Amino acid sequence: MSRPDRGPSILRFAAPQNFYPLAGRLAPWFAGAAALLTLAGLWLSFFVAPTDATQGEVYRVIFIHVPAAWMSMFVYLVMAFWSAVGLVMNTRLSFLMSQALAPTGAMFCVVALWTGALWGKPTWGTYWVWDARLTSQALLLFLYLGFIALTRAIEDPRRADRAGAIIALVGAVNVPVIYFSVKWWNTLHQGASVSLTKAPSMATTMLAGMLVMAVAAWAYTLAVVLWRVRPMILERERHTEWVGAELMREALRQGGRA
Amino acid sequence: MKPRSKRLVLVGVGVALLVGAAALVLNAFQQNLVFFHTPTEVAAGKAPTGRTFRIGGLVEVGSVQREPDGVTVRFAVTDTAKTIPVSYQGTLPDLFKEGKGAVVQGRLEADGTFRASEVLAKHDENYMPPEAAHAVEQAHKAGATVKP
Repeated sequence: MSRPDRGPSILRFAAPQNFYPLAGRLAPWFAGAAALLTLAGLWLSFFVAPTDATQGEVYRVIFIHVPAAWMSMFVYLVMAFWSAVGLVMNTRLSFLMSQALAPTGAMFCVVALWTGALWGKPTWGTYWVWDARLTSQALLLFLYLGFIALTRAIEDPRRADRAGAIIALVGAVNVPVIYFSVKWWNTLHQGASVSLTKAPSMATTMLAGMLVMAVAAWAYTLAVVLWRVRPMILERERHTEWVGAELMREALRQGGRA
Repeated sequence: MKPRSKRLVLVGVGVALLVGAAALVLNAFQQNLVFFHTPTEVAAGKAPTGRTFRIGGLVEVGSVQREPDGVTVRFAVTDTAKTIPVSYQGTLPDLFKEGKGAVVQGRLEADGTFRASEVLAKHDENYMPPEAAHAVEQAHKAGATVKP
């Protein structure tokens, strides 16, 4: 069926039995990077970055809020990408990747909404308004929760994969709406301070803190998703020979240590 | 056509249709997705009458006045082209300031004043330390004196 060791191509890692050990080897590195970057980012955010002229100290929530919001949108796009790959190529691993991403995306979405509310009260004078940015971000959280619920609710893994993939693809339409909502409509939420098309409208040390935190969020996501996908692979492939051999090896290693 | 390419086309067409549908829906709801109206839109009669809506703009410099009763505040919201006088009873958010953005919810009275039930401060996308803000202000003042 699958041809695991065919050529040096990176595509060979699409086979679960090759990806499983790779994920195990990469995850600790990303976790280490995430820890270091978070420490560096928090230090920049709380000790180096200056106080904001109009908002005072409360603005420092952006060091969590903005990376979390970016990540919540990006993770959904990656989920949609793997779902599309899974639907088209019929690859087993793609669906597992999108399902391993969902809880992390949902977590970042909650963090973005929650920190945004905490910032909104002292700044705007309200925790929540139904403007286009906030509403579409709330919709993103429901899409994540819907995806998780649906893929868990369907017994047959093949059908669960497909149903989840369709939600992921349909919901992906919402991501550009979130991103451009502040441009397309009048919203209470301010426009983007950092974008690819114009110079950032914030002080350099503030920007540095935010970007380091964003890279930390990337590293964290990679580590957690690689760790989460490993048991999912084992469970899905439990009837195959390689999982049997892998579990045997794992048991021997545990036994040797004891 | 190989089944794989067939599925690629199916997914591609599906997503394209979906994006089209979403674009049409968002376009149709354009008016309702607007969180606030600008004073120019209100002056042009584009704002809803007979129900509450929001106006947004800058709080006109020098317009904020507190009534002797201690709770009523009067100020004007401007988009530099048109200005609407606002009266409000209640506490203002910390970031509410002359020359800064605000979004005000309420009803337009017959005399043209906007009776506000809620005032929100709108923050802009600029983040800078106080010294930089001071420098910008100085530069702005210098520029303003040159202008007629």
